[in-house]
Amino acid sequence: MRRPGDDPVSPATVASRIDIRATTPTRSPDANPGSRAADWLDRQAGTIFIAPAVTVVLLFSIFPLLASAWLSLTRFSLQAGGYELSFVGALNYRKLIAGSQQFHLLGTAGEMAAGTWVALVAAHALLAWALLRSLRRRQAYAQAAPRAPQAATAVLTLACGLVAALLSPLGPFAAAAQSARDALDLPWFAWLLIAFAVLVVAAVAARALGAPARISGLVGRQLAGSVWLLVALVAAGTAGGQQGSLLTTLFYVVGGVALQFALGLGLALLCAQPIRGRNLFRLSFFLPLMVTPVGIAYMFRMLADMGVGPFAPVARLLGLGAVTWAQNAWSARWVVLAGDTWQWVPFIFIVLLAAIEGQPRDQLEAAQLDGAPSWRIFRDITWPAIAPTAAAVVLIRLIEAFKIVDLPNVLTNGGPGIATESMTLHAFIDWRSLNLGGSAAVAYLLLLVSTLMAVSFFHFVVRPARGEPAA
Amino acid sequence: MKRWFEPRRLGELAPLPRALVHGALLAWTFVVFFPLYWVLVTSFKEPLQVADGPVFLPFVDFQPSLHAWKYILVETGRDTLRPYLNSMLIASLSTLLAVAIGSMAAYALTRIVYRPSVAAVLLFIASVAAVVALVLGAGLSLGWALPLGAMLFVLGLRPLQRRITARLGNDDILFWMISQRILPPVVSAIPVYVMFQQVHLLDTQFALIVTYMTANLPIVVWLMVDFFDGIPRELEESAALDGASRFRILFDLMLPLARPGLVATTLLVLILSWNEYLLALFLSTANAQTMPLLVAAQNATRGPQWWTMSVLILLMIVPVVVMTLFLQKFIARGLLTGAVKG
Repeated sequence: MRRPGDDPVSPATVASRIDIRATTPTRSPDANPGSRAADWLDRQAGTIFIAPAVTVVLLFSIFPLLASAWLSLTRFSLQAGGYELSFVGALNYRKLIAGSQQFHLLGTAGEMAAGTWVALVAAHALLAWALLRSLRRRQAYAQAAPRAPQAATAVLTLACGLVAALLSPLGPFAAAAQSARDALDLPWFAWLLIAFAVLVVAAVAARALGAPARISGLVGRQLAGSVWLLVALVAAGTAGGQQGSLLTTLFYVVGGVALQFALGLGLALLCAQPIRGRNLFRLSFFLPLMVTPVGIAYMFRMLADMGVGPFAPVARLLGLGAVTWAQNAWSARWVVLAGDTWQWVPFIFIVLLAAIEGQPRDQLEAAQLDGAPSWRIFRDITWPAIAPTAAAVVLIRLIEAFKIVDLPNVLTNGGPGIATESMTLHAFIDWRSLNLGGSAAVAYLLLLVSTLMAVSFFHFVVRPARGEPAA
Repeated sequence: MKRWFEPRRLGELAPLPRALVHGALLAWTFVVFFPLYWVLVTSFKEPLQVADGPVFLPFVDFQPSLHAWKYILVETGRDTLRPYLNSMLIASLSTLLAVAIGSMAAYALTRIVYRPSVAAVLLFIASVAAVVALVLGAGLSLGWALPLGAMLFVLGLRPLQRRITARLGNDDILFWMISQRILPPVVSAIPVYVMFQQVHLLDTQFALIVTYMTANLPIVVWLMVDFFDGIPRELEESAALDGASRFRILFDLMLPLARPGLVATTLLVLILSWNEYLLALFLSTANAQTMPLLVAAQNATRGPQWWTMSVLILLMIVPVVVMTLFLQKFIARGLLTGAVKG
C-alpha cells in the first residue's frame, strides 16, 4: 500500500518533527513527591529522545533542499560589492536538457546504428515485462481482479513510449517531436501537462481493463517507466556521439553495482566453503573499504600509469605501450569503475557472507546428504535465503553509488573532455566556476534520478524479494 | 583419478575443488593487496625512481629511502599533524554524536508511538519556504525573516489542524530519516556552505562535525532500529514495573544489550567520516583541513608527489585497520541485521 509518506521527496514525508504527541505509557504518580520533576521528565522522554535527531535532520535537509531549489531557479552574478541572484524560472533546467548545456548533461547526438535500435526495443520490452510482473504480483496478493493484466500492461507501456518519444530531447524521435512541438507552439510546461494527462488517461484505461492497482499507483509506475525510457532514448541518441554526465553516472551506478555484486557474491560463496584460512581471507578482503576514496583514486592513477606504473612492462610486452587509457572515453570510464569496484566489493562481500552463513543449516545439510549438485543447492536453497539481504545491500550500494565524485575528479579530472564526469562532479565544476544556478539544477536532477532509481528498485526488486507486493 | 573429486571426509571439499577455491581466493587477495603494496613501496622511493619506470622490490631492484617519511613526519610535521588531529577530532566527535542521537531516536521509534500531524508538517515546510523566499528572493535579513516564519507557523497551526486532521506514524518518520541518505551531498553542499558562511563558522572543525553528524545520522537510525527491534520487550517491561525511568531503561538496559550493533554502526560511521572528501572540500580550506584534503593537496603545482601521497595514505589507513582488527567480529553481524530489514 502506498501511504502518503512512501515517497521520499514528497513534502509530506519531509518533516515530521513538529507536534509530536508522544504517548508514553504514563505511570501512576509516584508516592514520593520529590520525584515529581523526574516524573515529568520521564513523560517527556518520547520527545527528548527523538527531538535532537529530527531537529538536526530538519536543519540540514529541509532548509538546504528548499534553498537549493530556489538557487536552481536563479542566476548568480557578482556585482560591485557583493552578488546578485536574479530569478530566471526554469531556465537552468531547460539549458541542461535542451539548450546550450545539453552536451554536458545528456551528451551530443551521433549516428544511430542498427544495434541501438535493437537495444531500444529491448528496453521497451523490459519495461513491459517489469510492469506485467508487478501487476501480476499485485493480483496474486489481492486475489480480487479476475482478468489477466496483459491488455492493461500494453496500454501502460504504450503510454510510456508515447510520452518518452514526445518529450525526448535527443534520440531517434527528437527531431519529429521537436517539429510536432513547434507546430503547436505551446509553452514548455504545457507539454509536461499534456504528457501527464496522457499518463492519467492511460491509467484510467488500464484500470478499466482490469489492472489490479490504484490509479495513483499506475500513474507512478508510468512516470518511472517514462523517465527510464527517456534515458534509454538519450542513450540511444548519443551512442554514436558523446555521452554526458547523466549517462556516465548511470554507467558508474549500474555497471559498478552489477560488477561489485557479482564479485562480492562469488567471493562470499567461495569464502563460505569449508576451507582453511577463511578468517584470514575475510579480514584481508575487508581492507579496501578502509582506504579513503581520494587515496584510492591516486593509487589507481599510479597503477594505471602506462609509462612508469607496475603494469607498464606487461603493457610493453603486449605492444600496448603507446596506448594511454586516459585518452579514450570508455577506457577512462572503466578505470574509474575499477577503482570504485576495488573499494566496494568488500561491503557486498561481508554482508552476503554473513547472510550465507546465517541460512538455515538443516535444509542445506539434507540436500548435501542427498548428493544434490551444488548449483541446485545454490538455486533452490541458498539464493532464496539470501535474496532479501542481497536486494537490500544492492539498494544501499545504488544509493551510495550515485554520489561518486572523488574517483573521477582525481583520476581523470573528468576527462578526456567530459567523458568521466559524474553528475556530482558536474555540479561541483559548475559551482567552482560560480554558475551556482546551473550547479543547483544539476544537483536537483541528480536527486531526481537517484530517488527514482531507489524507489523503482525498492518497488520492483526489494519488495518482491521480501515477498511483499508492489504498490 | 577419482580421488581428486571425492572429499576425504564429510564436510570437507574434494582436493580439486578445494584447490580451485583456494586459487580464486588467493587471486582476489592479490587484487586487494597489490595496490596497497605498491603504495607501500612507493613511499620508500626517490622521485627519480618513480619517474624512471617501475621498480618493484626494495633492496633488490632499488635502494629504499626514507625521504618521503622524513618530509611528512619531520620537515613538514606540523602541517601533517594539524590535519591529522583535525580528522581524528572531527571523525570521532561526529561519530559519537551521530551514534548517540541516532540510537536514541532509533530506540524511541521502536518503542514509543508518535503521531505527528500532517498539517503541522506541511505548515512547517511552508514556513521554511517562506523564510528562504524572504531571504533570497526579497533580500530580507535572516533576523527579520526567521521571526516572520515562526509567526506564520504559530498563527497558522491551529486553523490548519482543524482542516487537515490526518496524522503520520512511526514508519513515516523512520522512512523520512532514512530517505535523507538518498540526498546527494552536492545538493545540500551549497546551502550548507552559505549557512556556515552566514554565521562565520566556515573552515572550522565545528562545521564539519555538525555536517558529518547529520550526513551519517540516517545510517545510524537505519541500523539501530533493527537492533532494538530484535531485543525482546519483556525485559524493559519488567524494568518499567520495577520503576525504572525510560532514560534508565535506555542507558542501563537497552544500549548494553545492543552493543554488537552499536560497535558495528560506530565503526562504519567512523570510517565514512574519516574518509569523507566532498563536504570537506566545500567547508574547509586551511584551519579545518582534513586528511583526505591533505592527500589531494599533494597533487600541487609540481605535479603529483606520489611518494608523500603514499605516506599519507598509509598514515590514514593504520588507525582504521587497528580498530577494525579489534572489532571485526561485530562488523558482519551489525551490517547484516541492518540490511535484512532495510
